[in-house]
Amino acid sequence: MSITNQEYDSLTKQASPGTKSYKTIPMAFLIGGLICVLGQAFINLYIWLGVDQQTASTLGSMTLIFIAALLTGLNMFDNIAKVAGAGTLVPITGFSNAVVSPALEFKSEGYVLGLGAKMFVIAGPVIVYGVVASVVYGLILFLFGLV
Amino acid sequence: MISRIGQYTLQLGNAPSIVGFASVVSKKESEGPLCKYFDIIGDDDHFGEETWEKAESRMQKDAVGKALSKAGLTTGDIQYIFAGDLLNQCISSAYGLRDLQIPFVGLYGACSTMAESLSMASIFTAAGACTNAVAVTSSHFCSAERQFRFPLEYGGVRTPTAQWTVTGSGSVVVGSHLNGPYVNMVTIGKIQDMGIKDLNNMGAAMAPAAADTIKCFLEDTGKKPEDFDMILTGDLGLVGSELLVKLLLKDDIDISKKHQDCGLLIYDLEKQDVHAGGSGCGCSGSVLCSYILNNMQNGAINDVLFVATGALMSTTSVQQGESIPGIAHLVYLSNQSL
Repeated sequence: MSITNQEYDSLTKQASPGTKSYKTIPMAFLIGGLICVLGQAFINLYIWLGVDQQTASTLGSMTLIFIAALLTGLNMFDNIAKVAGAGTLVPITGFSNAVVSPALEFKSEGYVLGLGAKMFVIAGPVIVYGVVASVVYGLILFLFGLV
Repeated sequence: MISRIGQYTLQLGNAPSIVGFASVVSKKESEGPLCKYFDIIGDDDHFGEETWEKAESRMQKDAVGKALSKAGLTTGDIQYIFAGDLLNQCISSAYGLRDLQIPFVGLYGACSTMAESLSMASIFTAAGACTNAVAVTSSHFCSAERQFRFPLEYGGVRTPTAQWTVTGSGSVVVGSHLNGPYVNMVTIGKIQDMGIKDLNNMGAAMAPAAADTIKCFLEDTGKKPEDFDMILTGDLGLVGSELLVKLLLKDDIDISKKHQDCGLLIYDLEKQDVHAGGSGCGCSGSVLCSYILNNMQNGAINDVLFVATGALMSTTSVQQGESIPGIAHLVYLSNQSL
């Protein structure tokens, strides 16, 4: 080739279309926001039904997780996510989808080595580093005597 | 007789003919512009099977069966079958073809497998090692996604440069001393790697390989792009096609008027949400074995350089930070025997 890797890299960048951020960011904001509104509505509903604030928050998250899992199973979640992008990925709905979608996908390799083993293939790193981050956070609080 | 022209190109004397061909695709591909050319169209992606892998094997088996029946041959008439696919250990080919009891040569050339298998079948036939050989390949969107990317229902967003793996299969029966189209020449490509690491930009990773193979062929034969009706690459898509034309222009070779890409032909890019176009072994396989060979048979096009392109990475190599090596093999198809 009569071209260096650096030159080719810049040619590639010119030829590669970028993400249409003017469209994707507002949609992520809108749908992500709607999911949060929905979560808040559930929390209010549970409080109205006589549950205390903390339990109502937990129940609100659980409801969103359930809805996202159900929509994943009904082959609808990915179609919403295609439009919403980070709007569905960032809230707890994204985490639910990340666990349910591999569970469905790898069922064909059996319940143990397929579904069971592959279920956390996407969400696993989030859990591992989430736990690590919380340990570090706890240590900082402890060392600086904030607790 | 096979003779070598220049450094890389083989001229196949008593050029082998394409005596039969068939394509199998799924619903999405049938909704594209090439619908009327496909032989078998599945109602859904399952093809009546339980798993995506079995569905892909089924497509290969059906493609071979249909190509044989169109050629008026049976499995007993075939001395070799050359096959490959994208799945680990090429299981679509092995399981799809195990019942046929034809001597089997498994190939891995990623998405370049249609040109690779057709080259091998043609060289074996021209060398007199067999009278008939079959080349076949396939890819399946769902089996490829779960191996290379994410589960189908995962809500990740594809980048604009990503390509859509074609659910399809193409099969060619090559025979000796019959009518055209003929396989006149073959150029086996060299691995090219210009440092592209983005798994979602395979067109860019493969374009240098296509450029190199086309350049080698033109240098070896002294031919020009204008001598052909079409220079057809496998699955460079939007990004890779633009890069291929630019790369060759740097060597003063202008293919822009003759270049087409299977990945851009098979889908309607505006309506079908496939981002930068189609990809996969089944992309060049199903386009060659439908639109292209049909049009060659009826004389609408006569000389085609078929250059299927492949990206030779695995998920492991990409995770380890390696760049993506590309490959492209060229088959010169013509209605005129040399």
